[in-house]
This record gives sequence, C-alpha cells and structure tokens, in this order.
Amino acid sequence: MLAFLIKRIGLLIPTFIGVTLISFFFIRLLPGDPVIALAGERGLSPERYAELMRNFGFDRPLYIQYLQYLWEVMQGNFGRSIATKQPVLREFWALFPATIELSVVAMIFAAGLGIPAGVFAAVKRGSWFDQSIMGAALVGYSMPIFWWGLLLIILFSGILQWTPVSGRISLMYFFPPVTGFMLIDSLLSGQSGAFRSALSHLILPVIVLGTIPLAVIARQTRSAMLEVLSEDYVRTARAKGLASFRVIGIHALRNALIPVVTTIGLQMGVLLAGAILTETIFSWPGIGKWLVDSVFKRDYPVVQGGLLLVAVVIMVVNLIVDLLYGLINPRVRAR
Amino acid sequence: MKTLKTLLAATALTLSLGSAASAKTLVYCSEGSPEGFDPGLYTAGTTFDASSKPVYNRLVEFERGTTNVVPGLAESWEVSEDGLVYTFHLRKGVKFQTTDFFTPTRDFNADDVIFSFDRQGNKENKFFAYAGDVTWGYYNDMSMPSLVKSFEKVDDNTVKMTLTTPNAPMIANLAMDFASIMSKEYADKLLADGTPEKLNQQPLGTGPFTFVGYQQDAVIRYKAFDQYWGGKQPIDDLVFAITQDAAVRLQKLKAGECQVASYPNPADIPALKSDDTLNVLEQPGLNVGYLAYNTTQAPFDKPEVRRALNMAINKQAILEAVYPGIGQIAKNPIPPTMWSYNDAVKDDTYDPDAAKKMLDEAGVKDLKMKVWAMPVARPYNPNARRMAELIQADFAKVGVGVEIVTYDWTQYLKLAGDPKHDGAVLAGWTGDNGDPDNFLAILLGCDGVGSGNKAAWCNKDYDALIKKASTISDQAERAKLYEQAQVIFKDQAPWATVAHSLVSLPMLKSVQNYKMDPLGSHRFDGVDITE
Repeated sequence: MLAFLIKRIGLLIPTFIGVTLISFFFIRLLPGDPVIALAGERGLSPERYAELMRNFGFDRPLYIQYLQYLWEVMQGNFGRSIATKQPVLREFWALFPATIELSVVAMIFAAGLGIPAGVFAAVKRGSWFDQSIMGAALVGYSMPIFWWGLLLIILFSGILQWTPVSGRISLMYFFPPVTGFMLIDSLLSGQSGAFRSALSHLILPVIVLGTIPLAVIARQTRSAMLEVLSEDYVRTARAKGLASFRVIGIHALRNALIPVVTTIGLQMGVLLAGAILTETIFSWPGIGKWLVDSVFKRDYPVVQGGLLLVAVVIMVVNLIVDLLYGLINPRVRAR
Repeated sequence: MKTLKTLLAATALTLSLGSAASAKTLVYCSEGSPEGFDPGLYTAGTTFDASSKPVYNRLVEFERGTTNVVPGLAESWEVSEDGLVYTFHLRKGVKFQTTDFFTPTRDFNADDVIFSFDRQGNKENKFFAYAGDVTWGYYNDMSMPSLVKSFEKVDDNTVKMTLTTPNAPMIANLAMDFASIMSKEYADKLLADGTPEKLNQQPLGTGPFTFVGYQQDAVIRYKAFDQYWGGKQPIDDLVFAITQDAAVRLQKLKAGECQVASYPNPADIPALKSDDTLNVLEQPGLNVGYLAYNTTQAPFDKPEVRRALNMAINKQAILEAVYPGIGQIAKNPIPPTMWSYNDAVKDDTYDPDAAKKMLDEAGVKDLKMKVWAMPVARPYNPNARRMAELIQADFAKVGVGVEIVTYDWTQYLKLAGDPKHDGAVLAGWTGDNGDPDNFLAILLGCDGVGSGNKAAWCNKDYDALIKKASTISDQAERAKLYEQAQVIFKDQAPWATVAHSLVSLPMLKSVQNYKMDPLGSHRFDGVDITE
C-alpha cells in the first residue's frame, strides 16, 4: 500500500509543473492584457501603457516571468490580483470553502439519489420504473443549468415562496466565518435558526448543480449493475439461496461501484465547472465566478494562481479516489 | 413582504446592538462585489457605491440627484485671480467613525486632506504602494500629477492647493470618488501595526454610514453614523446583498429580500413598471453611444464623406431595435442633461438619396469598410452587434459595403484606441464628474488621440476652444465655448452620434426619497423607508 501511495504522489509532481505551465501560458495566449482591461473605455496613451506594463513586469520575456512565477509559488506567494489589488491566496480562501461546500453537498445529493436509482433501474430492467428513471436522467443531463436554476427560483422562491432566492444564509444572521463552511459556522455561531437558514439556502443550488452528476451516476450505476448481475458469481450466489438483498447489495453492488467511484471522482471536476453558472445564478460567493471574471479582465495572477489551486485540489481528490479503489478492490492495490 | 418584515425585525435585533427593535434596515441588491474599499485604487462604479459613497466624504460633493458641486468637508473655498491657487476652509468638528477596529482620538483636519492626496501622487508616501503595483487610476486619469503643483497645510482648518495651470474642471474632479478623504490617524495606526493593507479592507471615514463588515462576494453591512456632520441618516442599517444576475435581483426584489435592485434587464422594465408594489425610477444617463470614423483614413478623412454616411443612418430604427423604451437619439457628443448642451445644433436628417448623391460628389464609389461592434453590452449600448447590423443595412442602401468585425473586449479596447485601426468603431462613454470637459476633451481632444479619442480626430479650432474653456472659471463663459465646440463637431462629423440611454432603478414602494444620481452611482444618504 505504501509503495502504491508513493508512486501515486510521485506522479503529482510532473502534473503540478504541467498545470503551472498551462495556466501561465493559456491566459497569455488570449488577446488583450490586464493593463488595457484596467483602463476601459478611457484608453491609455502609449507612454502610460508602457509605464504600467513595466510596473507590473509584463514587459519582461515570458520565460523569465514564468520562472519568477514558479519561484514565487514555491514560496507560497501567489501574487496580487491586478483588478482588486488583494492577495490571490486571501481571495481564494475567502471563496473556496463556499464552492467546496456546495460541490460536496451536491455530490452527496447526486450519489445518494443516483446510486439507488441506478440499482433499482438495473434490477427492474425494462420496467416502467427503469424507463422513467433513464428518461429523467437523459432530461437532467441535457438541462441547461442557467435555465434550470431560474426555473426553480421562479417556482419555489417566487411563486411558492418555499425557499430563499439566493445567497448562503439569511441576512439576519451575522457572524464571522470560522471554517468558511456555512453549515458548520452556523452551528458554531449558536444562533438559533442559523443552521436551518443555511440549509434552506443550499437546497436549490444543490439541486441545480447536482442534476447532471445525478443523471450520470444513475446511468453509470445501472449499466455497471447490469454487467455485474449477469456474471456467474452472482448466479452462484443466487443458486446458493442467498437473499436477493444480499446478492444485489453486497455481492453485485460492491463490484459495480468501481466504475461508479471513478465517475464520481471525475464528476467533481464537472461540478467545479458547473459551479461557475450555479454560483452566478444563486449569488453563491465561490471561486467559479471569480475565475471567469478574472479571465475577462485578463487578471493574470488570479487566473494562474486560481487555476493552479483548483488543480491541486482536483489532484488531491483524484488521489483519494485512487486510494479508495484500493479499499474497494484489493486487485488494484496488488498491481 | 412577510419575508422582509421578518428580516427587518430580526436584523434589527441582531445588528443594532441594543437599539430599539424599530431599527430600519435597507437592503440593496447590488450587481457585483467591490474590488476593495479604498476608492483611490479603483475606477469601477460598483466599488464606489460600496466605499466612497457610504463611508467617505470629499472636500466638495455632488449634490444628491444632480451634478452640482456643493461644499463637503470644505465649508467654502476661494480661487485666486490667476486661477492657480485654491484655498479650502475646512469644516470644524467633523468626526471620524468609531468602529470595532479603530477609535479616533481627534476630529478631521488639514492633515487628513494632505494625506489623502499625497499618498496618490508621492512615491515616498508609505501608502503609495501599499496595495502592490498600484496605478491610482483616477488620480492619473484626471491628470492630477501634472495639474497639481502642491497641497499645503496653512493651519489645521485651511488647505491651499496650487495648480500648474488654470483648470476649471478641477473643483468637479475633487468631488469624484478618488478624492475621498481618509483618516491619517487611522492610516498611521495601521502602518505602526504593520497592517497597512487594512486601509483597503476595513474603511473608516467621515461619511454617513459606518462600515460594519464584508463577506466576500456575498454581503456588505453598514450602520448609520450617529455623529455624522450632516446629521444621522433616517435608516439605521444598510446592507448590500451582492447578486450578480439581473433576473435573480428581480426575483429577490419581488420576494421582498431587498428593497432596491440595481441594473434591471432592459427587457424586464415594462413588467416592473406594471407591478403595483414597485416604483421604477428613470433618468437619462450621463452617457453617449456613437460610431467613430477613423478620420485619418481615406475616405473618412473628408468631412463631407462622414456627413454623408451620417445621413444614411436611420437612428430612429436603431433606437427602436437597440434601445426599446430606454434611450433617446443623440445629436451632440454630450447628453442633454449636461450644462452647455447646445440644443440649437441640428441633427443630420435621415436621407439615403441625398447621402448617396453626396458620396458620388465626393468621388466615393464602391466603398468597402469595416464597422467594429463591441462584444459586450455596455450602459450606453446594450447590443452593439445589432446596431452594427442595422448600420450595415443602412450603408448598403447608399452603396457602401460593410464588414462587421468584433474582438474580445480587452482586445477591442486596445485596437480601437490605436489611430491605425481600420474603418469605424462603435464606442461610448459614461461621464465621471458631470463636467463637459470630461466628454469633449477626453473623447475628441487632440491629446486623446491614441487613447480615448477613437476617431483620431484632431481639429485645431475645436481643440483651441475646449482648451481655453478648461482654463476659465466662469461657467457661463465656459458654456459658450463648449456650445461653439459642438457646432464645429457637428460640421466636421468625426462621429455619428447615435443615442443616450436611460437608466432605470426599481425599488419597493416603501423606499422614500431616493434620488437617482446622473453620474450613475447608488447613494443611500437621505433615503428612508416606511413600514
């Protein structure tokens, strides 16, 4: 297990270097630059433009800028946003917990509903239940997030008034962030009703963000289950007279989960992408919108630093998924 | 409404720290996050709404709802005869806000004024580079480094500003957000603590509202400053609920989660107006949308060609398609609400036949040109692509072939500012300080070629008029010169002036005494709410 772990972690180093390269050069390939974006309609005289480019160090050769950036990153310095003049790391940590909270709860929602739905659909293959679940999954997968979010807001917040329109917690609760995770902070605050308010603010964004992963997980679980259910060992288990619940729940599902866990790991990346739109609709103060805005503003330090930090998180999640394989399937460990 | 009432009651309980339960809270759904809280560092209106407007004051202020400059922290001022020396007499007994993070020990005085400007222009000042590679946007954009020779303290309540050359718009400049007055005592304390960056995170000023807290991209909280020199505000608490999507802001407004919502979608405005629970305030924006010909490029270097093309544009059709119910046709480069607007100027008549004839006479045949369309919606032009298509169709009728080009926004800004660009660009402007110089010099003056002057138009007569106007302090006299400048502009036609847009602001009927700001900001001083 230790050798497996070391090998996996060793693989992260070239990936890390690769991400710094891509995030650094990708944003510079786009036309325009942060100084022009900062000036807006007013424009800049060529002299002032040159002066500002020099101040920011953008006039130096790219490879020197890159090496400088890499050196700073190694020391934990991600630079300052050009637009807001705030340290990138400070902004990231202020926003990232919100994205993680939303993504994790959305994933729990997606897996919690998707896996049972997929299992039932497989077991009842061809039934009306199977067909309606798979039909709903197809619709869910094809749903434009922006439209879906607004639809839910208009229905549940506007017409029925069951849920709040947007934000993370009602404005009546006001406490300093401790962990940055609203569900935890609201409990820590000791203010009665705060946790409920935080939870109610999560409902719609979680549904919107979780819809696509839910559909993917349900379909993936169904097909993995179908494959496993036709295996000989399942037939043997049944022939032994094991209860149907044990055959499906333990013998079949455990093996069927391997590709599903992979899917869940990959869907975390999809969630972070979906978070950009979801965060915009629900005024959710996360990193999705922050990154997109900084691309438009050509805010180099934010784009390269933000992307790198997100990539590190995804790499860590993937590492955990790999390790989980080992737990679910001993063959992976042995290899 | 039920939500709102619960919210108001509960906010009162949690926020007002012991004040009566009748505390009034106004929640404003704002369109974006402030970049920071030091207004000198930034140029975005969203940032000023959250920093300079509630927390700070300036030596002079824009009167609420107008662009008139009235006394602020300076009670009065005199200008020397040569227009070079301004002496400001400061208001006495003005308190800085007391917050959780700082308790001031002295009143506002001349040191605060000197510090507020010195830090933006003096590289030796400890706060010059406190936020990294600082550009001090407006301080430079308004040419303060070259215009101002010195700020001097005469005594605790008198400050002398000496200019290098007479400059009439200077007083309006000093009412702008970048000229907000900070507490030197607070800044010194931050420096001593080794945390100068807090000046940009925890603002403290003399303004109507005290900053309470900011949760990034989510909520900003203020409470009324009870020792405000202008008197305590009618509301007790002010909350900005940051809501980026316009459709969601609308839903929040309807659900009573906020009482005022910024920037509605133009398409939603008719429905908002018919809603009984809402008031929709409207005002002509201090802006202009236009098509700038590259006047250095043939055949656009000939005024008669530019005039002919202007006559080929059906502005009424553009207004209906691009600004439905939210705009008015522009004939001058400045909007009609601005002083010195020359209403006697006659707009180009829409006459494709005459335009074609004029083009023939000018020897223009089979002209192919580029029209640039911005890729983004701007306050002065909600749909540049559509506008470009309409112009394309109009020009086709007079035998001019148009290729519409567009670029990513930052690239667009860069290329359109370059005098070597090809064809005509759609562009626009929103005023900074209500002074005509802020339009006529930046957008059309010879000094603006290569930056703000997208037409690369440099007309000696025009330029002499606006330069002279900027050195005279008598407004009536200045107005005459600007009126003449507009006549030259119309005759020379470096642009096709297209439209001025209307700005709308929906709010619940319980919001009282809100006044729309012609400069586009959102101010809550003087605003009240009823049950």
